[in-house]
Amino acid sequence: MSLPTAGSTVRKINAPGKAPNCFAYNGRVRKTLNPALIIRGLIKDVGPVPALDGRMKRVVSNISLTAHFGQVTALLGANGAGKTTTIECAQGLQTRTGGQISLLGQDPETADAGLRARVGVMLQDGGLPPAARPVALLHHVAGLYATPLPVDALVDRLGISEFADTSIRRLSGGQKQRVALAASLLGNPEVLFLDEPSAGLDPASRIMVFELIRELRDAGKAIILTTHLLDDAQRLADYVYIVDKGESVASGTVQELLQTSTESLRHRAMTFEASPRLDVTALLRPQLECTETRPGSYVLSGQLEPSDLARFGSWCQRLDVMPTSVHLASQSLEDVFLAISEGSMPQAPASSETNPQTMGIS
Amino acid sequence: MSTLFHNAAPAQPATLARRILNQGRYEAGTMLRNGEQLVLMVVMPLLGLLALVFTPLLDGMGHPRVAIAAPGILALCALSTAFTGQGIATGFDRRYGVLRFMSTTPLGKGGLIAGKVIAVLVSLALQVVLISAVAAFMGWRPPLIGVLLGIPLLILGAAAFTALGLLIAGTVRPEATLAITNLGWILFAALGGIVLPAAKFSSSLDGIVQWLPSGALGNLMRAALIESRLDLWGLLVLLAWGVAAAIAAVKWFKWN
Repeated sequence: MSLPTAGSTVRKINAPGKAPNCFAYNGRVRKTLNPALIIRGLIKDVGPVPALDGRMKRVVSNISLTAHFGQVTALLGANGAGKTTTIECAQGLQTRTGGQISLLGQDPETADAGLRARVGVMLQDGGLPPAARPVALLHHVAGLYATPLPVDALVDRLGISEFADTSIRRLSGGQKQRVALAASLLGNPEVLFLDEPSAGLDPASRIMVFELIRELRDAGKAIILTTHLLDDAQRLADYVYIVDKGESVASGTVQELLQTSTESLRHRAMTFEASPRLDVTALLRPQLECTETRPGSYVLSGQLEPSDLARFGSWCQRLDVMPTSVHLASQSLEDVFLAISEGSMPQAPASSETNPQTMGIS
Repeated sequence: MSTLFHNAAPAQPATLARRILNQGRYEAGTMLRNGEQLVLMVVMPLLGLLALVFTPLLDGMGHPRVAIAAPGILALCALSTAFTGQGIATGFDRRYGVLRFMSTTPLGKGGLIAGKVIAVLVSLALQVVLISAVAAFMGWRPPLIGVLLGIPLLILGAAAFTALGLLIAGTVRPEATLAITNLGWILFAALGGIVLPAAKFSSSLDGIVQWLPSGALGNLMRAALIESRLDLWGLLVLLAWGVAAAIAAVKWFKWN
């Protein structure tokens, strides 16, 4: 099953007047049952902070989100935006200042062992004892569950066998990350929290981990991950919440975020390389600029349309110019993200968000 | 491999007893495999016992040297394992996020603490067996009533020092925990009345030491194992330290 990124068909199947309860990817219908995690109007103060004369600092001011089974839900934001604080409140590791959280129908702050068994957590800093050896540690953690996944199978699946008996302090960042992921999966959890899962991973490990996350999603798990990497969100996430300065400022599928934003974000650019000092007047029209950034390198920027490309073709023909390279920059999640962070997109309180399948620039 | 998650049993915790015993066994194994911990837990108390038995430091107190030395060295074992050993281990577990990760598993915070208590008790039991065997070899013959009295008092001492160790580990950086608990070990052992009865050396020192948890445990163990007597003052002081440290640890312990 492929991701709902560019090229795949994402389609909402909504009965009129009824909350959507299923989603179709490339024609295959996936049921989404009750939400695994609901956060409404989360507030979190930390402190007292000496730099603020001993006052509390508000690190999360208004975050609302819903994560469903069978979906990867990503919290995307810059470092310090409040992503980790949010999911640590959802895990019960931090006590919230305000708002509501329902994790599998329960309040995570009063979670009992039964709830904790159904939730897997991979912390940003791993949380593994440096002196432990990976496989021995995994066997120990498995012993905390009644019917854990087979440690050996998980060790094979994540390529941990090759450093099974090396103490954790000697492992690379990516190796530690794989052990932490395995530890979070041992109980076969229904909900999985992954805090920056691709941090420190080499390209091969990254592919391995991403494939595993997709497999877990296809097995019906609710996966909530944080990332500051737009590429991660674009590749993995079924649904993205953009978090900025402690607030959830926008949400939607990657495609929805891209589509909806095109109205307010039409800044596309074409760069091409050809001989220096060409007369580019014929390429221009109102709201379109062309600059020669260095000799022979041109950037045509503005709201590009198909006719602009046609005009570019005939301009080349008329001047007998053969560009050595032409690059058309399409809009990426990064553009959306930057636009939201810079405040050039409409923002409103996110608390009214009740339907995660409906795009909400909230 | 795609069946790894599809056909697996739904997530359920192991029973509470199994979770705590697993954690206790794992933590005890970690403590006993750590070379520095072994020096602190086994080598130092053994050297202390030998030094006290082979030097005239304890002469003139009306009892054989080993009879005065062994109870104090057993109290020192509780200090080593519960205060310094567990304090340092917990401080670094906290630094590396181990406490946070384990508290998200079915073990939880309560199970984590229970596991640490079990690890301390298992390590202490091994120390007691070893030290007692060596002391017996050197002629130690404690009265049976004293032994029956001494065991629960030693456990109480371990509990009080575990609470103190966790209080330090949970409130300051691990490097500071390392420094404070090691310095504490040296001061308690040398001047704190745990190994050497302070009353023998200076009455003004004894006036301070009898208020310390180290002096209280040392005096309790000596009264029990030499005279089969319960030192009520020592019991009160040790209980007060244990309860106060436990309350403070619950209030101020930071998991991250």
